Amino acid sequence: MSNSLLACGHTACAGCGQALAARMVIDTAGKNTMVVNNTGCLEVFSTKFPESAWEIPWMHSLFENCAAVASGVEAGLKYLGKKDNINVIAQAGDGGTADIGLQALSGMLERGHDILYVCYDNEAYMNTGVQRSGLTPFDTNTTTSPIGAGSTGNIRPKKPMPEIAVAHGIPYVATASASLPQDIQRKVKKALSIKGPKYMQIHVPCPLGWRHESSMTLEVGKLAVETGLYPLIEYENGVLAQVRKIQPKPVEEYLKVQGRFKHLLNNPEEIRKIQAIADNNIAKYGLKA
Amino acid sequence: MKEFIEGSHAIAEIVKLCRPGVISAYPITPQTHIVEDLAQIVADGKLKAEFVNVESEHSAASVVLGASATGVRSYTATSSQGLFLMAEVVFNIAGMRLPVVMTCANRAISAPINIWNDQQDSISLRDAGWIQFYAEDVQEAVDFHVLAYRIAEDAGMMLPVMVCMDGFILTHGIETVDIPDQATVDKFLPSYKALYKLDVDNPMTLGPLVDPDSYLETRYALHKTHEKALEFIPKVFADFGKAFGRNYNGLVEGYQLEDAERVIVAMGSVCGTIKDTIDQLRSKGKKVGLLKITTFRPFPAQAVCEALKNAKKVAIVDKSVSLGSFAPIAAEVKAAFCGKKKAPKVISSFVLGLGGRDITRESIKEIFRLLTAKELNGDFIDLKPELLKESYEQ
Ligand SMILES: Cc1ncc(C[n+]2csc(CCOP(=O)(O)OP(=O)(O)O)c2C)c(N)n1
Ligand code: SF4
Repeated sequence: MSNSLLACGHTACAGCGQALAARMVIDTAGKNTMVVNNTGCLEVFSTKFPESAWEIPWMHSLFENCAAVASGVEAGLKYLGKKDNINVIAQAGDGGTADIGLQALSGMLERGHDILYVCYDNEAYMNTGVQRSGLTPFDTNTTTSPIGAGSTGNIRPKKPMPEIAVAHGIPYVATASASLPQDIQRKVKKALSIKGPKYMQIHVPCPLGWRHESSMTLEVGKLAVETGLYPLIEYENGVLAQVRKIQPKPVEEYLKVQGRFKHLLNNPEEIRKIQAIADNNIAKYGLKA
Repeated sequence: MKEFIEGSHAIAEIVKLCRPGVISAYPITPQTHIVEDLAQIVADGKLKAEFVNVESEHSAASVVLGASATGVRSYTATSSQGLFLMAEVVFNIAGMRLPVVMTCANRAISAPINIWNDQQDSISLRDAGWIQFYAEDVQEAVDFHVLAYRIAEDAGMMLPVMVCMDGFILTHGIETVDIPDQATVDKFLPSYKALYKLDVDNPMTLGPLVDPDSYLETRYALHKTHEKALEFIPKVFADFGKAFGRNYNGLVEGYQLEDAERVIVAMGSVCGTIKDTIDQLRSKGKKVGLLKITTFRPFPAQAVCEALKNAKKVAIVDKSVSLGSFAPIAAEVKAAFCGKKKAPKVISSFVLGLGGRDITRESIKEIFRLLTAKELNGDFIDLKPELLKESYEQ
């Protein structure tokens, strides 16, 4: 047994990036933490009654409302005079965050609750079997954005969630990657040192949905960062404060190791479009080292 | 202290006296005055509570769910579409055994949109696992909130409670109401000590994934607690009588029932109109009576059968419909008599007052007139045939 607050014994797939990232977040936050979780893989693989992988108070209610339930937890702790010593973390997948849970999240951010919201971005609805979400990248093959004679997959780029969070005027917004655990640690510590609402979006490779080898999780995640497709950025009080610099690699290197992009490999025109997304990120955030 | 007061203000006053630590709600007519008043009460420093202004009813229910899980007494109120938007969370609150109290200011459901009173909203959520009380007047609505917290938070119950009061008729009506003093409420309603809660010193997983091995048992446990509530509720109501001097049966209440041959069964504010009509008919020698249902969930089947066993003809009044089936209260009462030897010969069912259509003494007299040997099923009272005709002939 490990000493992690998200103990082993859960039933995530081998190589699940979300399990790695969640452990990193919780262990960094420490024992004085309460977690509220949306429905999704993380909830399902960590709490199958009568067991639970959580060594801290943890609660699940529904798919779309963890930001609101966490708001209630925070309000309860405030009423009890205990809030200052306890971290409240709300966490969800990309679907639970960017789609069905966006309204509750917006409410939580706008009301100024002292909560860290973490989105584990595996870029699709994995728990229901790999359907497209608002954070699914352009041209991804999912079960509801399938490829076909007239389709190269998902037709829209990722919803700009970090910018949406920033637009709420909150003190801290960051993106991170499961492949860079020390960076997650630093960002979680930083977030929890700030009072008010914080938003963190962590890219979490999903071998099942992305169709890459389980052993490749860390590698795949790194490639997303190094190609510029998943920029690692930090906003403090609305200002872009820090970015992780890269020596940009071509996007093919990232695409070719995943089944969900296999259909693009002999389609240079589509690859050009994806390269343009990466180039745009690189320019917009000044990622080039 | 007796006050001549709007229903909503009275509810806000009593909620204040119950000392919730977290309040969250979203505006919807006719509930709005209740939470506006509470917001002011908190703003004035008269109640120490966190008042969370949310962006929707779904979040209002979620906030009180989360707050209740930290062991803090929590309150919300809503109506109609708001209750429906909460529906998912309403089931969850009960499933997680969190003793939240909510006021439902009963209102019709769209489409077509209609802000006036009937009971379709709360009736549609009758199977959510909440105890449901229906108030006849503002005094009852006020008292039921104190009772609601006492029952909800009892270690043997841990069930959420919905206090249903007819929108506008009770929420906006002005009545003389006895608002109890803080000391009496405090004595009757001790502060909430949660059996289980989110606690960093004693970490617990609330709301885990439960598979077919155990889910059935969780529903069984909820169901059994509802059965227990049928015994527990009258006891708490009796205690309430001793403490506050107002005596309610808690489950059902008879009016001129002893020798009544024709009896109406109803819920909520319409019972006042029915009592009035009964007085008129009694003065003409008609043997008519009323059975008022106060607790609709759990359904007090035994108390209903006992109260109606000598009635020859029974008319059920529903202010909601179950489209395509028997009206909701009628279905419950009929089911209660299934297999019973002593049962009324006739149980007729009537639907009226939907979307705020006035229920007059004439409406009630019409029901008594229609209560003959011929059993009627879900007859709509006070329909306007001319409106129906128009829509058919287009
Ligand atoms: C109201 C509602 N709609 C749909 C679902 C079904 N559902 C459960 S989990 C899930 C997908 C979760 O996806 P995401 O939030 O991206 O998390 P992941 O499983 O990928 O970690 C869906 C659609 C639900 N539980 N509730
Ligand atoms: S489907 Fe993906 S996110 Fe879900 S447990 Fe498996 S690897 Fe993790």
